[in-house]
Amino acid sequence: MSEASIKVGHQPAVQYLLRIGDSCLILGQRLGEWCGHAPVLEEDLALSNMALDLIGQARALLTHAGELDGQGHDEDQLAFLRDERQYLNPVLMELPNGFEASHDFAFTQWRNFAVSTWLLLLYRRLQHSSDAGLAAIAAKAVKEAAYQQQHAADWVVRLGDGTPESAARMQTALQQLWPYFNELFDADAVDAAAVAQGLGPAWSELLPEWQAHLAEVLSDAGLTLPKASAFMSSGKRGIHSEHMGHLLAELQYLQRAFPGGRW
Amino acid sequence: MSEQAAVEWPLWEVFVRSKAGLDHKHCGSLHAADAKMAVQMAREVYTRRQEGCSIWVVPSNQITASDPGEKSNYFDPMEDKVYRHPSFYQLPDAINHM
Repeated sequence: MSEASIKVGHQPAVQYLLRIGDSCLILGQRLGEWCGHAPVLEEDLALSNMALDLIGQARALLTHAGELDGQGHDEDQLAFLRDERQYLNPVLMELPNGFEASHDFAFTQWRNFAVSTWLLLLYRRLQHSSDAGLAAIAAKAVKEAAYQQQHAADWVVRLGDGTPESAARMQTALQQLWPYFNELFDADAVDAAAVAQGLGPAWSELLPEWQAHLAEVLSDAGLTLPKASAFMSSGKRGIHSEHMGHLLAELQYLQRAFPGGRW
Repeated sequence: MSEQAAVEWPLWEVFVRSKAGLDHKHCGSLHAADAKMAVQMAREVYTRRQEGCSIWVVPSNQITASDPGEKSNYFDPMEDKVYRHPSFYQLPDAINHM
């Protein structure tokens, strides 16, 4: 017997918060898969630390979203008891840690760099949110995002500017992930409402600065910016890829099998 | 195995200062490709529970150590030289913490 699934409200502020909180939760879950599999012990710890930072951010954001939603859902219920369509993270976060191998290091670091840059820019803006709770979460998270960005950027440069083999793998990762970045900067009514309330920026506003960060690191790495892609994923509106169900099955298993279980 | 050793990253010794005013203490070692990576990895491995506010890393091969085989020549002669400890002075009462 499994505990009944819950649904969240349609208030734009709740949706805006869940898009960010779910991004942290789902990428944190993905990075957690590296635990015990990284190429060296030191990086194994680094990736696990980052996964835990992201889960920490997700906890704060989901808790706050639950309060705004007003249905009495706490962070655990929001993390473990929603069905797939109720998760609002961009598809980028749920993609596996590589398309050709289950643990593709170049793919993982490149996604980490792109996402942590995006989170860094977003948290910087959210520090000035009209919502004091969100501003406080962002003020704490901005330091974590800045560190993660630096760590991932170093790897992108190291591998891009490394051996022909590492550069080729980095370039492949770049091409593979490129189409999924579009969703990060696709503005819609939820963003418009967030801007109107002073809650936070439309994600589309972050694009020029994000591109500047990427261009700088890619130039240091000697990698080529892929051509623009017209593909648009829609995880922010609850339409996910085939990878999401598998991820959620693992994420939710314990809470579904032992409803309300605590430790 | 020797081939493995050839591609292994160099070893670094890590020193962490636990808070301002205290000295950096040796806390362990790690492998990293260069100094910048060594500092980052030290942050991940040795300061994740708020252990420090500053990190030094030193290439392990830059440390010259005393020879363990010379241990008895080096250190045993100090055993019976109690006069090298300043323990035979009468301290004035006003001095509290010596």
